[in-house]
Amino acid sequence: MPSFAPPADATPAEVTEDVLAQIALSRDEYERACDMLGRAPTDVELGMIGALWSEHCGYKHSRPLFHHFPTEDERILTNLGEENAGAIDIGDGWVAVMKIESHNHPSAIEPYEGAATGVGGIVRDIFAMGAQPIALLDSLRFGPLEDRRNRRLCVGVVAGIGGYGNCLGIPTIGGELVVGESYSGNPLVNAMCLGIAPRGSLISATAGPPGTQLMIVGADTGRDGLHGATFASVELDESSAERRPAVQVGNPFLEKSLMDACVGLVREHRDWLEGLQDCGAAGITSSTVEMAERANSGIRIQTQSVPRRESGMTPYEVMLSESQERMIAAVKPDHVADVQAWFEHWDLHAEVIGEVTNDGIARVFDGEAEVAAAPVSVMTSPPAYTPRAERDSGARVRADWDPGSLADLVPSDANDVLLKLLASPNIASKRCVYRQYDHMVGTNTVVTPGSDAAVLRIRGLRQGLALCTDGPGRAVELDPYAGAARAVAEAARNVACTGARPVAVTDCLNFANPERAPIYYQLSESIRGMADACRAFGTPVVSGNASLYNESEDGPVTPTPVVGMLGIISDVTQAVRLAFRDEGDEVWLLGGGLAQDASTLGGSEFLSVLHGRSAGPVAIDLEAEAALIDVLVDAAEAGLLKSAHDCSDGGLAVALAESAIAGDVGFAVEAELAGRLDASLFGEAGARAVVSVAADLSPELRRIADARGLAATKIGVVGGDRLRIGAIDLTLSAASLVWNSALPDLLDR
Amino acid sequence: MRFAVLVFPGTWSDWDCVHALEDLGQTAERVWHLESSLDDYDGVILPGGFSYGDHLRCGAIARFSPVMSALERFAATGKPIFGSCNGFQILCEAGLLPGVLLRNASLQFRCQPQALTVERADTGFTNACDPGQIVQLPISHGEGQYFAEQSVLDELEDADRVLFRYAGENPNGSLRDIAGIVNPMGNVLGMMPHPERASDALLGGTDGNYVWQSMIERWG
Repeated sequence: MPSFAPPADATPAEVTEDVLAQIALSRDEYERACDMLGRAPTDVELGMIGALWSEHCGYKHSRPLFHHFPTEDERILTNLGEENAGAIDIGDGWVAVMKIESHNHPSAIEPYEGAATGVGGIVRDIFAMGAQPIALLDSLRFGPLEDRRNRRLCVGVVAGIGGYGNCLGIPTIGGELVVGESYSGNPLVNAMCLGIAPRGSLISATAGPPGTQLMIVGADTGRDGLHGATFASVELDESSAERRPAVQVGNPFLEKSLMDACVGLVREHRDWLEGLQDCGAAGITSSTVEMAERANSGIRIQTQSVPRRESGMTPYEVMLSESQERMIAAVKPDHVADVQAWFEHWDLHAEVIGEVTNDGIARVFDGEAEVAAAPVSVMTSPPAYTPRAERDSGARVRADWDPGSLADLVPSDANDVLLKLLASPNIASKRCVYRQYDHMVGTNTVVTPGSDAAVLRIRGLRQGLALCTDGPGRAVELDPYAGAARAVAEAARNVACTGARPVAVTDCLNFANPERAPIYYQLSESIRGMADACRAFGTPVVSGNASLYNESEDGPVTPTPVVGMLGIISDVTQAVRLAFRDEGDEVWLLGGGLAQDASTLGGSEFLSVLHGRSAGPVAIDLEAEAALIDVLVDAAEAGLLKSAHDCSDGGLAVALAESAIAGDVGFAVEAELAGRLDASLFGEAGARAVVSVAADLSPELRRIADARGLAATKIGVVGGDRLRIGAIDLTLSAASLVWNSALPDLLDR
Repeated sequence: MRFAVLVFPGTWSDWDCVHALEDLGQTAERVWHLESSLDDYDGVILPGGFSYGDHLRCGAIARFSPVMSALERFAATGKPIFGSCNGFQILCEAGLLPGVLLRNASLQFRCQPQALTVERADTGFTNACDPGQIVQLPISHGEGQYFAEQSVLDELEDADRVLFRYAGENPNGSLRDIAGIVNPMGNVLGMMPHPERASDALLGGTDGNYVWQSMIERWG
């Protein structure tokens, strides 16, 4: 083994179990670090290695699985994991950049700031590439809202997202809010951001050649967020509240100035820079070391040059602080003064804190004293683990359970069941949430929140972008492979319902402790399922994040891979919404048939709400899903669709009701419902969507469906003020009232 | 017309206003808050956003920006000044309009389409409307509850200086449903709603153009 000279002015760190626990490094990992260095690390080195080798930064358990993902096609401009976000060519000289990231643990402890800084972090990932952020989405999971603690988390997280995002002037255009027992105490807060840039004007997060000056710009550095990366990489327990110092405090005003300054700098003076990087998890350590890794170089950091907001900070604290709203710019030596002047315009101060070297070593100085001198290659080589995977026997038993063993729904109960489902927080209107988010700023939001996906125009372009997130955790728990494939399929379907062709995925893998076999089984099978679905739809994975160790005292969270999907709509003026529009339009069911069997109730909202069970089989038919997407896109491009909405939570009946409520017009399904009543109404068979079409154009719709081999059935007509399907006959106003008031009623308790 | 669209640190509706005006064939230039003259312009827009992060109070820091003295001189010339959202807040803080904007009564941010009643159609900001017309302009604010002393409110009403009122549900608790007011000279309008977000049919509405077209009609 090689041996690397220790830094001149520091001695090996004292390594107790407490020290290792604080940085979440195992004794074996510590030994590995010693072996790789050929000596024991110093205190600062150990902190840096601990942060970079944390699950959050080092992806120890998930990285070995990423090779499953398809990551390339002619549109994709970045390699997965190599930049802060993934870039997709959207045509006519423009590029979209996107990523989703979790901020689960901070939000569990301090919901407002946790969620706010989650937004801040993902936005920096986008503008670090030189792209202008133009949209945010948030995928949220909470425990039951009847519980005061979960309500507090939900209200705080929503306020935090709004508080930060609204101040930035980036519209929050979509996302999800899902409630489930397992998220009590460990909410999931995933934030997604999309930016755009002219093609050729992106910048890499690289350090550049030796001599390049490393400048920090933005907030001063404080002790906030110390060990945040570590905190994200362990389970939550009763002592977690004491980790509150690991939660950062956001300053969105500073971020707004930083964003405007950075985007402008890259657009106007890219030639001054070698690279640009945000300070996220593990602060200056990860940003500078990762930049050096990309440049295959070394770095020298002078901690005393880092502007601070607290006195007496040690080099260790400076290197590991996760103070928000900081960026590292790698600046050509001749342009340091130019860059300083550029930032001064926004009252931002840029300081040189180090430079790029050619020896491959990350050196940290505290004035004259050298306190760390470890190879970049060691710091960026965390171990990779492939633990034993075994399906949980309880989940297997529940997945094998036959919903057909339940008695079918009595027709006279059908009205009540629909109302109960419309009142479920997972189905009910989220307006009381999204109206707290500015979803219109930027004047590009063509389809606002509440449809299957949001649609943005890009000024000057004919095409538009559709975006959504999906993560059906319950299905993933029952069958990780099929459930995760369904996450991709639902997201692709949602985007296609607007008329957009799905083109790329960003994913956030929210799982519990992967060191346990059942959890690793969930993780590995989910990745396989997502990968196969992405392949089937031609939607490579361009970026993402893994958030593991999501557990509270009550146990692990439901495995929740969240898929963020980007679609491109060829003519944004033709975007389709979910609302029924005109009396007399025909209602068609695309994919599948009206009659469904009990197996489609597996993992359904119906079983959960009516029977309190999460059980039954979860199926996925990727070929049928791909055909449905093609038909939706073809029909939208042919201008046939008055509305489109996919059948997911709550099945056909809920899909029809939602289109009716949104359009403020009723419908009547004339076709006979055969099969089981509960499954036909509320079963969640995949690859189905409800569309409405003008009567004279429906033959054309059928022709398009036939061409793709997809079943298409005329099931009814739009009109009147009642919802009528099989045994269901409700007034639109009754359904609308329940759907609109359920979530506010829950949250206002 | 040639419009100056003022940009303070934290402003974010600047580009939206520029686009809305340019789409109507006008010239609109973003003007950084350090400028000391607005003499070259025919009208000034104070767009929405969170100038200085709303620190201290909305608009309380922006009012000290160098451009504000130029704005006061501009107001005295009788040329139009239009402030929406944070722009309204800044105009109140600067004393160009009376009253203040408090936290919404719901204590929550509200972004939604909003119906407004046009109280007067004989002003430089509303001449393209009919009196009593209902227009749809989005709102997006956390602090839009208009508040002033009773005597000030009476004065505003007596002088017919309330140009817009919330129709239907009052979204923020504003006294007397006030959504937009003008100064005594009738050339400075402040309102919480965002006309620039309703200036393009693709985004679901064009009622915002009534405001721009009125200004162009009167001052263009």
